[in-house]
Amino acid sequence: MHLPDGLLTPNIWIPAWLASAAGLSYCFKKTSSALKDRMIPLMGVMSAFIFSAQMLNFPVGAGTSGHLLGGVLAGVLLGPYAAAVVISVVLIVQCLIFQDGGLTALGANILNMSFAGAGGGYVIYAFIRRLIKANKGIPIATFAASWFSIVLASIFCGLELSLSGMLPLQAVLTAMVLVHSLIGITEAVLTCLVISFVLKVRPDLIYKP
Amino acid sequence: MDRKELIPRSLLWGSLILALFMAVFISPFASKLPDGLDKAAIEKVALKSHVPEPPSDYIWPGIKNEKLAKAFAGLAGTLAAFMLGYLVALILKKARN
Repeated sequence: MHLPDGLLTPNIWIPAWLASAAGLSYCFKKTSSALKDRMIPLMGVMSAFIFSAQMLNFPVGAGTSGHLLGGVLAGVLLGPYAAAVVISVVLIVQCLIFQDGGLTALGANILNMSFAGAGGGYVIYAFIRRLIKANKGIPIATFAASWFSIVLASIFCGLELSLSGMLPLQAVLTAMVLVHSLIGITEAVLTCLVISFVLKVRPDLIYKP
Repeated sequence: MDRKELIPRSLLWGSLILALFMAVFISPFASKLPDGLDKAAIEKVALKSHVPEPPSDYIWPGIKNEKLAKAFAGLAGTLAAFMLGYLVALILKKARN
């Protein structure tokens, strides 16, 4: 879901850049104040792991592939602000070194995946955790949040494309969101598996706000 | 530093090694099909304007064997992501003090 340059019009990618810059600046501040020493190497490791996981495309049918986002995985372990930073780090490496995602489109990609994806997903996670207070709420919260993160990111992406006149709105709902609803299931299953494992061996690693 | 709070080095190294393993040994076999966005873009947009080809999928230039090129791209990118993530975290920690 990495937008290349040339698909979005300036009246979309410029505000997206501004919004992402503002959002990242806010996340830097929040991360900085909440940063525990153990989170420093963990942010490096999560960035590496998520970059690597995003390279593993899997077929989802209809001649399409998907890949993980890892936004909620980062969020459950690092909190929403550090997670947005980590996803942005991955996007920046992908953009600058591999041209996976354009430079003008980077603002929109960060908006879609760090904020709509990781951030939006975390909102769902936090909400469900408030409903199910005990640790047993974590897997279900993770599952739902992970699925939601993918779908919401794809909605944002689709809307940007639609507003740029690239996709009719109907194609947004079918081509983008439907496909990503499928990809979301894989994201949910895999994220949930990893978090359940962490919960079993090191429950203290789950982020506590 | 509260020692209880620290994550054991083994876990961090293990995770990093796992990430590198995935990037180097599994990514060369990843699906080459266009992802959801690429597919939608190709189908709906190609008629409207010139759309750049789907990204070259992390083939490191200058390496002839495609799988090896992808593995090397995976290695380079994973290490780059690790270093940048770590660096940003360090800077944010310093910024607090």
